[in-house]
Amino acid sequence: MSDSNSVSSKTLPLHERHQACGAHFGTFGGWTVPLYYTSILEEHEAVRTGTGIFDVSHMGEFDVEGKDAGKVINRWITNDLSKISPGQAIYSPVCFENGGIVDDVIVYLFHPEKFMIVVNASNIEKDFNWFRSHLVGEVKLTDQSSQIALLAIQGPKSRDLMAQVLSIDLSGLSYYHFTSLESRFGSITVSATGYTGEEGFELFCPVGQVKQLWDELFRIGNSFGLKPVGFGARDTLRLEVKNLLYGHEMSAETTPLEAGLGWTIGWTKEEFIGKTALVAQREKGISKKLVGFELLDRGIAREGYAIKIGSQVIGQVTSGTFSPSLKKNISLGYVDVMHSKIGQEISIEIRGRNTRAQIIKTPFYQGGRSAKQVKI
Amino acid sequence: MMIPSDLKYAKTHEWIRKAEGCSTVGITDYAQHEISDVVFVELPKVGAVVEQGKSVCIVESVKAAFDIYAPVSGTIKAINTLLESDPALINQEPYQKGWLFDLVPSQPSQFDSLLSKDQYEQMIRQGAAS
Repeated sequence: MSDSNSVSSKTLPLHERHQACGAHFGTFGGWTVPLYYTSILEEHEAVRTGTGIFDVSHMGEFDVEGKDAGKVINRWITNDLSKISPGQAIYSPVCFENGGIVDDVIVYLFHPEKFMIVVNASNIEKDFNWFRSHLVGEVKLTDQSSQIALLAIQGPKSRDLMAQVLSIDLSGLSYYHFTSLESRFGSITVSATGYTGEEGFELFCPVGQVKQLWDELFRIGNSFGLKPVGFGARDTLRLEVKNLLYGHEMSAETTPLEAGLGWTIGWTKEEFIGKTALVAQREKGISKKLVGFELLDRGIAREGYAIKIGSQVIGQVTSGTFSPSLKKNISLGYVDVMHSKIGQEISIEIRGRNTRAQIIKTPFYQGGRSAKQVKI
Repeated sequence: MMIPSDLKYAKTHEWIRKAEGCSTVGITDYAQHEISDVVFVELPKVGAVVEQGKSVCIVESVKAAFDIYAPVSGTIKAINTLLESDPALINQEPYQKGWLFDLVPSQPSQFDSLLSKDQYEQMIRQGAAS
């Protein structure tokens, strides 16, 4: 047991609120964040059955504006911006020339000359420099990360709570759509997105107003059973629905094809960074593939553990946990593509012992919004 | 924070209940609280010879695996197999139904190196303040 707080890590704007909620802190992407408040299992359950709120203000936000903004962003990302209209967002990897992943981002289209790109906290500086070195034409790129707070309200009851707090009708706001409004909490953007596999919203607001917004969410949220949820449950929730995490399932060493993100590649786009490499890989075929598996013997497969068949190492675990919803131990990892079929029996080396496991269909958790999930 | 006065404590947050011939070991209330939800326990084998301060078994939370160290040297006499199907007993009753194993100490003098309730409490308080 060790306290992973570090003096150099940054503090969230709501840090004192988290302390008041009894948070246990840890570090994530250079930030001191709440790992859990009462219990990861309880918080996980709250999001699957009621409503949970996450402070994800560590995430980065870049504004991209100008006549050529759309054209430039469509070169940066692998997915195709032409799939969306104003008021919609799109998920996409950003690739290096060799197809390795720089980051995975969400691009928000406000109007044809104004976009926001939401990036992972640990990649803010890298992404900003990458985008800046690939600017062409009339485009202004601004890092707004320190000005914008981000709350995620997730769970089957989140829509009713949000509608009440913001006094707006959200019934028409479908997945990966967003709306912006002037409110008593300043200019805010409400987006029907999230990382949990449940229906939910992400709420961008000015840093200066986030405390009032948090307090108001709890004032009204009490009757909805609103619970603050830490990064521990954020990880179990995202793993159950196979949402990938940069630095684990994605890195400069993996491509979107290997990560199972082929659906995020705009093959018909004339050009984007990494296209040549990805087209070549698609033709040649991938050699490693991200798979999901469950442990058949007792044990939890953690990041970095070897995946084997007999004595032969065929891959490595990228994330693994006890699944609170399924009550079994689940993992993601890369394996040689020849051993990646569903049903393949494998073993995980846990503390020197081979523990039986089997590759299974993902997402592991089939409830929530995943049943009706639309990929765009 | 519960710290019973009839137990001895290791700096690594294990407790040991000394009894005639055989002693029972578990983790403290403080430890279970810090580890949070225990979802998996890998118990030692009965008959295993363990050494003071060396890892004996593993307790895993949702987030991570934690080594549990032998507070004194000895031979494992019994294990709490209830934990295999209900690991949360460690969170619910760390000093009772959440015990980990019984051992027969080979060097009873090692008990003198362990902490009393007051010493353990002080250690935690200092740790929390730093």
